[in-house]
Amino acid sequence: MSQSPTTIASTVAAQAVATGSGKPGSHRRRRDRLVWWVVLIIGVTYFVLPLFATFQVSLGMTVPFKAYTNTFNDPKFWYSLLYSAVCAIGTILFSIALIVPTAYWARLKVPRARPAIEFITLLPFVVPPVVLVFGLIQVYGGGPPLGLPITSTDLGSTFLLIAAYVVLSLPYMYRSVDNGLRAVDIQSLTEAAQSLGAGWPTIIFRVILPNVRLSVLSGAFLTFAIVMGEYTIANFLARPAFGPYLSFLGRTKTFEPAAVTLISFGLTWLAMAMIALIGRKSRGRVTVVAVK
Amino acid sequence: MGFLELEGVRKEFATHVAVQGFDLDVPRGDFVSFLGPSGCGKTTTLRMIAGFELPTAGSIRIDGQDISRTPPHDRNVGMVFQSYALFPNMTVADNIGFGLRVRHVKKDDIRRKVSEMLDLIHLAGKGGQYPYELSGGMQQRVALARALAIEPRVLLLDEPLSALDAKIRVALRQEIRAIQRQLGITTVYVTHDQEEALSLSDTIVVMSEGRVEQIGPPSAIYGSPATPFVARFVGQLNVLTGTVADPKAGRMSVGDQAITLGAPLTGAVGSEASLAIRPEAIELGAGEDGAQRLVGVVEDIQFLGPVIRVRLRLDGAGGSLLFDTFNRPGTVPPVLGERVTVSFPSASALVLDATAAAVAASETDIEETP
Amino acid sequence: MTSVATTATTQDAPRARPGSRRSWAWLGLVPFLLFALLFLAAPVLLLVAGSIHDNAGSLTLQNYQDLARPDIVLAFRTTIEISLVTAVVGTLFGFLMAYAVILAGLPGWLRAPLVTFAGVASNFAGVPLALAFIFTLGQLGLVTLWLKNTFGLHLYQEGFSLFTQTGLELVYLYFQLPLMILIIAPAIDGLKKEWREAAENLGATSRQYWRHVALPILMPSLMGTAILLFGNAFGAQATAYQLTGGTIPIVAVKIGAQISGDVLHNVGLGYAMAMGMVVIMSVAIGGYLLLQRKAERWMR
Repeated sequence: MSQSPTTIASTVAAQAVATGSGKPGSHRRRRDRLVWWVVLIIGVTYFVLPLFATFQVSLGMTVPFKAYTNTFNDPKFWYSLLYSAVCAIGTILFSIALIVPTAYWARLKVPRARPAIEFITLLPFVVPPVVLVFGLIQVYGGGPPLGLPITSTDLGSTFLLIAAYVVLSLPYMYRSVDNGLRAVDIQSLTEAAQSLGAGWPTIIFRVILPNVRLSVLSGAFLTFAIVMGEYTIANFLARPAFGPYLSFLGRTKTFEPAAVTLISFGLTWLAMAMIALIGRKSRGRVTVVAVK
Repeated sequence: MGFLELEGVRKEFATHVAVQGFDLDVPRGDFVSFLGPSGCGKTTTLRMIAGFELPTAGSIRIDGQDISRTPPHDRNVGMVFQSYALFPNMTVADNIGFGLRVRHVKKDDIRRKVSEMLDLIHLAGKGGQYPYELSGGMQQRVALARALAIEPRVLLLDEPLSALDAKIRVALRQEIRAIQRQLGITTVYVTHDQEEALSLSDTIVVMSEGRVEQIGPPSAIYGSPATPFVARFVGQLNVLTGTVADPKAGRMSVGDQAITLGAPLTGAVGSEASLAIRPEAIELGAGEDGAQRLVGVVEDIQFLGPVIRVRLRLDGAGGSLLFDTFNRPGTVPPVLGERVTVSFPSASALVLDATAAAVAASETDIEETP
Repeated sequence: MTSVATTATTQDAPRARPGSRRSWAWLGLVPFLLFALLFLAAPVLLLVAGSIHDNAGSLTLQNYQDLARPDIVLAFRTTIEISLVTAVVGTLFGFLMAYAVILAGLPGWLRAPLVTFAGVASNFAGVPLALAFIFTLGQLGLVTLWLKNTFGLHLYQEGFSLFTQTGLELVYLYFQLPLMILIIAPAIDGLKKEWREAAENLGATSRQYWRHVALPILMPSLMGTAILLFGNAFGAQATAYQLTGGTIPIVAVKIGAQISGDVLHNVGLGYAMAMGMVVIMSVAIGGYLLLQRKAERWMR
């Protein structure tokens, strides 16, 4: 479905989608509107044609929807879908567990560290997935200097995959959560909770997390989209994920890949639509919550 | 014939009429303000003069030339926007010189004019800075200089000071007026702040809901409001209701007290009439001969330092009056519950008709405004 | 999955200490820093270290010198070409499309669907995108056949092929264009209506307004995004690999091949290539961020 060449594409895209479409077109006296219609139509055609072609091919078998039924009857399809979905959920949970407390703690206690943390969250942009997986394999593939053959076990490799995905989703997750925290006066909330006798776990789970729920959700959907479509890292870690499955299908079958491609596209669309929905909801919410 | 003429100017939008039948003659060099609440049509009218809106009907002429259909970039009217609208990618100097540059004026002439303008707005030396480096007040001065640099025939200002702090606003508006006088340029100034309009203008056009309520010099607008809206919008007002006693003699009774006004009253004997009196026209004490007097009980006193604000409940169900009295050292201020007499000149009272009075009275909730 | 869970909780534990002295507060960031160290810093550092060592383990710059190998140079040159072309075309046409739906006077409702679609399309890279284009412009693609049947135009006989550098560029545009649209749309929004009115009021025609005011204001965003698009294309691997296998020399694909087997005959060279990528990406991202900051400063 989606394998962003760099996560920056996904990050920017998701952010743009979440912040909404802005104001509708305003115009001055336009004499050559026709030219712009042409521009738009060319662009839209370029975008729609491949999807349409894929759709056509997916129906191209002697029995029109056989490509789809074949796909749904293929256990490998479900396995890879499930595998990626589970990895996505794992990535999301790990991300939340890592980033929300960190962003919160940095804002609250160590504000001086925030520029450094922000810099770290930008680093995944300069390390393309292929370079990242290259490095990860060298470090954890059993060779020097660590001698840890993590990649030789299924569990180890899957864990490494999830870790890599957390890295990939770091920029957007952190920025999203940080923005969510900025809208809430966490200093006062924390002190209020503490004065009422709450310990740290309670504060995190019952005070902070609910207030950044929408930001977290937004980040979660983007992570989901990224993980479901990712190919490079999954492939080189030899993981039975959705991306490698589709790649293999594309090289071996004719019609089924079209069906799966459309399914993949549909899933991405769903995730982005959810982000847009959340974006619209959170704008109203922020105006209620914002104190300062 | 005025320098700037609006004749029957009207603007209709799909949902409402923004400006109804506007007629105005502005002599050359005049400073005229459009004053009114938001939505009254003042900005729309200004934008029609600038050319950003096309009038649905009517014509606009400058120096005899009909510009109603001329595109904005050909009109040579300079506009200062509420949000300054300085081009962020250009320095102050480039901003000011922009109008000259698009007219292909020679570079040396541009430089000379820009430096002249910078001196005019007291920002010489800041030519190389960018808008984001300047304060709001400075940016507005640059916007003014930019509009003046093209030596426009008419200068238009759209609530130029409303985005600024109060102190800067007062200082800057004096500067704007001084520059305007110095250059003698015909100016139209849109504002919702009556203090601004009163202190700056030669002529004020008071507007409400697309209609012109009154056109006149500040003294007339304030002292002789033509309609209840003007009376209400500009300055404060006490509104008393009473009945007509003797229309020809101009006598009416407020509660059970008799008041004689300077002019005959319309309306039959016994009909309702309303009286509007500015607080500053009311004086404590019996006043001079010929002044009108009212008696009442002090209901509320506010000590405001140099001034004491008194609310008086008039005898005989006459209503209440709000007025200020100076806190002169040595004089004894009135006390709560004391019965006092106040006076005001008969000419300073304005008679409102029944409906207008009701509206005015309900609006002028005698709130103490600083 | 259990190993993930335990790691999380044990890393959480040391933080539960309210009211600690300020110097201990940094401990709260340890989990994050540890993660970054283990899974971001360590791989990169190892690549750096590996790139300056040879097979015997001694320090050397030979790997970087080997980057001058003709096949490597070709890979970098090709990748840079592709990235440049798609960045420029993506910037240009993306800007035109964004302008079309925002300022060109077309119906206002067109904007929202375009932006949402752009959001999806910019993520649609990789394997599915390559396949979709094969279905469209491959030897038996929909458009290929349509051109043959309707106009008698035999694309592949005329020399066109999807599986060339040009074909790849065409495919890359599918995620480059939307990225541009998404980034430049808010920037176009940021063009205040008053600037245009002020310019007109001062005598500028539409062209003069664009030349002196609007384009200069948009330039940092345009340039910054162009640089971003360059980086975006440079780092792409899956799309190229699915479409062309290894036939077109792309740096990312070569590194991928190196991971699968020692095709470069020198793993240190692979490290050096990876480092080359990181350097180029850093310059691209850095340039983008700098120009974005400049753009934001003006828009205030």
